[in-house]
Amino acid sequence: MDRPIRVLVAKPGLDGHDRGAKVIARALRDAGMEVIYTGLRQTPEQIVSAAIQEDVDVVAMSILSGAHNHLFPKVVNLLKEEGIEDILIIGGGVIPEDDIPGLKEAGIEEVFTPGTPTTVTIDFIKNNLKK
Amino acid sequence: MELINKLLQGDKRACARIITKIENNEDEAVDILKEIYKHTGKAHVVGITGPPGGGKSTLTYRLSKDLSNQGKKVGIIAIDPTSPFSGGSILGDRIRMNELSTDPNVFIRSMGTRGHLGGLSKATHGGIKAFDAFGCDYIFVETVGVGQSEVDIVRTADTVVMVMVPGLGDDIQAIKAGIMEIADIFAVNKSDLDGAERTTAEIRMMVEMGNNENKPSILNVIANKNKGILELIEEINRHKEYLVLSGKLEEKRTERIRSEIITLIEDEIKSRIFNDKDIYKLLDNVLKNVYNKEIDPYSAKDKLFKAIV
Repeated sequence: MDRPIRVLVAKPGLDGHDRGAKVIARALRDAGMEVIYTGLRQTPEQIVSAAIQEDVDVVAMSILSGAHNHLFPKVVNLLKEEGIEDILIIGGGVIPEDDIPGLKEAGIEEVFTPGTPTTVTIDFIKNNLKK
Repeated sequence: MELINKLLQGDKRACARIITKIENNEDEAVDILKEIYKHTGKAHVVGITGPPGGGKSTLTYRLSKDLSNQGKKVGIIAIDPTSPFSGGSILGDRIRMNELSTDPNVFIRSMGTRGHLGGLSKATHGGIKAFDAFGCDYIFVETVGVGQSEVDIVRTADTVVMVMVPGLGDDIQAIKAGIMEIADIFAVNKSDLDGAERTTAEIRMMVEMGNNENKPSILNVIANKNKGILELIEEINRHKEYLVLSGKLEEKRTERIRSEIITLIEDEIKSRIFNDKDIYKLLDNVLKNVYNKEIDPYSAKDKLFKAIV
């Protein structure tokens, strides 16, 4: 079926820089996806609520503040509590290499660090949808 | 169907899933819409329209928040344009409404226009029905930022709120045909900016020149400072009451049904014609002849039309 992939792009936590999130949003748009952009300073609860209402295929989160180890898994867990396991969850931002295995363990399917070409993210999404 | 039962019980995930099916035009969608139709008609549908950057999202957020505080259930359909080139879109209306995401009384759904003109998406009408059956008291339809002729909202909403801002043009803009004619309520937003009084006066002059029996009202609001919101809700409710008491609601909704059925027939005819491979081939064949001026487009149409009927 020909339908656009729906992606929620969210910035959990308190940092005020969303340039990276905007670049990704724009790239996904140009790849034919519907990007629901929720802006800065989202709580995990808001992200999960929005993901449910928008019935998205993907939740893409970006963090630059260092709170990723806390906030990313929180979103995964809240979605699980709602019984949702068919949404692909990815993360990006300034994330130390050492933290990535732990995040993947926690249910973040892929982590994209600065410098990743947007095409890599686009291909990853297209190849790993769960719906 | 279980999904429908869940929707009628107010289950958010079922509601979201059903709207997705409607948006993607899945086979199931029509069966669902048939089934839920008898549960619709209770919600008051309010269109929020106006130029880009006028504050439609912020105003929708404030209105919904206050209605939720009054114990009302609110559905929001927020529409943003789809790229004609990539088919993608950035749906950014939620940015102004994030606080509502976790409000149990509010459900927000963003839609891309997906090629539909007129300020709405094709799935808007289906989405409204889903929200109605879901139990919403009010449904806000926030159109794309409109220019001068995106007037589909008038055939969709019971009450149209036109969000204006100061400084967009002189008074001749106000008497042009099109979007200025469809408002039931003018909300002059950003009324703390220079020029607000003049904008309000120009709209008032235009309204007084008209001869509708129920002249649109004009309110000054400052959405981001939460000023004038309760008054606007009162005005929406007053318009709703007027529609009911005057019999206009029935008239309006009956006309809406007429245009809905016509659109459904047009869509069906179009899809039958263009899903027919022979006709498509015929169309392909004739293109070069038209390009080379061997035949004109009007005669080409006659030729194809003969093949169709």
